[in-house]
Amino acid sequence: MELPLLHLALVGTPNSGKTSLFNALTGSRQKVANYPGVTVERKEGFFVTPLGRQVSVVDLPGTYSLRGRSPDEEITRDFVLGKASGETAPDLVLCVADSTNLRLTIRLLLELKRTGRPMVLVLNMFDIATRRGITVDAERLAKELGVPVVTSIAVRKGGTADLLTLTDEISAKLAAEPQENNWHALSVAELRATQREADRIISDCVSLPASPDTWTARIDAVVLHPVGGLIVLAAILFVMFQAVFAWAQPLMELLNSGFDALGEFVHATLPAGLLQSFLQNGVISGVGSVIVFLPQIIIIFLFILLLEDFGYMARAAFLMDRIMGGAGLHGRAFIPLLSSFACAIPGIMATRVIDNKRDRLTTILIAPLMTCSARIPVYTLIISAFIPARDVWGFINLQGLVMFGLYAAGIASALAVSFLIKFFMLRDYAPAPFMLELPDYKMPQLKSIAIGVYTRAKMFLHRAGTTIFSMMVLIWFLASFPQPPAGATEPAIDFSLAAIIGKALAPLLAPVGFNWQIAVALIPGMAAREVAVAALGTVYAIEGGKEAAEQIGQVLATKWSLATALSMLAWYIFAPQCASTLAVIRRETGSWTWMAVTFAYMLVLAYAASLVTYNVAVALGAG
Amino acid sequence: MTDTNDTRSQMPLGLAQRGYTGIIQHLSAGGAGSALSDIELESRLIELGFVEGARVEVLHEGLVGRDPIAVRVDNITIAVRRREAMAIIVA
Repeated sequence: MELPLLHLALVGTPNSGKTSLFNALTGSRQKVANYPGVTVERKEGFFVTPLGRQVSVVDLPGTYSLRGRSPDEEITRDFVLGKASGETAPDLVLCVADSTNLRLTIRLLLELKRTGRPMVLVLNMFDIATRRGITVDAERLAKELGVPVVTSIAVRKGGTADLLTLTDEISAKLAAEPQENNWHALSVAELRATQREADRIISDCVSLPASPDTWTARIDAVVLHPVGGLIVLAAILFVMFQAVFAWAQPLMELLNSGFDALGEFVHATLPAGLLQSFLQNGVISGVGSVIVFLPQIIIIFLFILLLEDFGYMARAAFLMDRIMGGAGLHGRAFIPLLSSFACAIPGIMATRVIDNKRDRLTTILIAPLMTCSARIPVYTLIISAFIPARDVWGFINLQGLVMFGLYAAGIASALAVSFLIKFFMLRDYAPAPFMLELPDYKMPQLKSIAIGVYTRAKMFLHRAGTTIFSMMVLIWFLASFPQPPAGATEPAIDFSLAAIIGKALAPLLAPVGFNWQIAVALIPGMAAREVAVAALGTVYAIEGGKEAAEQIGQVLATKWSLATALSMLAWYIFAPQCASTLAVIRRETGSWTWMAVTFAYMLVLAYAASLVTYNVAVALGAG
Repeated sequence: MTDTNDTRSQMPLGLAQRGYTGIIQHLSAGGAGSALSDIELESRLIELGFVEGARVEVLHEGLVGRDPIAVRVDNITIAVRRREAMAIIVA
């Protein structure tokens, strides 16, 4: 007999280990999308119970209550109440608790119980609790709470077996239970009463060890030290950027030679002509030059996910709160801004953790100034072509240092812009509160991290396969048509549509040292910043023939002056031309105006920065 | 809730130094000067475990203006700015 799909929902406070439980249950069988009309990430996964029941499980955004203070928390509330548009009400709610820290979850569970949904309390990270000497009387807890209680160790193989069995047992008798929703937004008095009730239950069922987690206290003594903590933070960021530049190199070279070999193969196999040129110069060298950056994207996400899983991200927010506050930013903006180093799109979406509208708007406006991974291809290409790979002071790689400088310039300009926004636009501004749980440190879980990195890498490759691919075809077309007249001696690209557009824009960009080839490359860079590299490759490959395609960098080094290269780097600190970022800003702010403001201010800054860089460099003899 | 087990005078947690330990006496959102409404501030503090009778300890302070502070509330740690911590009356 085929039973209908069973719908589960995971609810819990932030840091309850909800996501690692979700990963443990579903593995890589996950679908990530958005809830209709809002940009809250909707994560759904699938698994099969021991008795063969097909189950869908949704990982709802973390929340401390059902009051719905932010779009994320509203989704969680509406989903549990069965009011979310286009969603089935969950058959069973799994309330996930960190076993070492039950207070806040038990209160949330008491509130959730009022919705009348069938519910299970999952005591997650039970192994850590046991190791710390915390004992939980699960049977008594179940009796007091009136819901089944199950322990789980999301990170261990088989650690969710009890939960799976229980799911089968409950799903067998689900239909018999009528549901009545008695939930309403709790008043302060009710909230207090609920917390008291939770504390009473906990004191009856849980015994805590005399001393708290000493490891967390020891680590915090260093990383939350007012001065030492900032040094640690700077060191972590520095290592992260050196890693992105240095560790990825061998893999990138491997990928690069792979694509070169593929291009050679196509060149050798197919007869010379349009098809050969399209496959080799348009498709393989175009898409290849973007995919080469996959190792760097994996490394940066690896760092971000590791730090998040370890529990360091909240500490970074704590350290940065007042420092960022001086520039008019909220401490919570640190996490979205740090994510923006990978890509501004998830970064801007992550600003939803900031519940104050003005703080959120400021963060959204400056998030694109954080050096996203899509700029890395451009930086890498230009740096390796123009900056010598030697060590300074014996151990620091000069190329890595320039990279670090570019990141620093992005951060500095973001702080400056934020300060100006605070000063000129949002003057009657009362600082929003900063309240954040600093979770105990946990060993990062490799499986969970691997799934996270895999999901992001897949998104990047998907983008390379669709948006970037179509832009590369367009660029190849623009660069190849119309074909040169017979007997023409100039390079073919001089006759193309790309040259016509590039040359029309060139006078506008001449003051900053850009030639028309750069102007051509900036146009498809609107689709995704990294496409500019591929576009330069295509433009120069077609102009220079096959040898040039093999080393875009070498070509640039001969065609550009150092001043032009530096000017290009300065332009890319701001790089206003990312269409997807602008689209997300429009969606998140719900306003075309803010999107236009972002584009305009970044364009002005990019032009100004390039203008100054170019002219200073020329004056210093680098023209 | 009144607490008679301590002879120390009451003070807002927002004024406490690093290393301070005490018991929450009551919440008084009115005087905190937070950007949040009194009800909202009080609700959020309760949701993070700042309820009467909870034991608090100031573990860490930020660099600028000794702000924000990391407070141990029973067995969890919460980062909060001093401005909001003014609503938490301890002794």
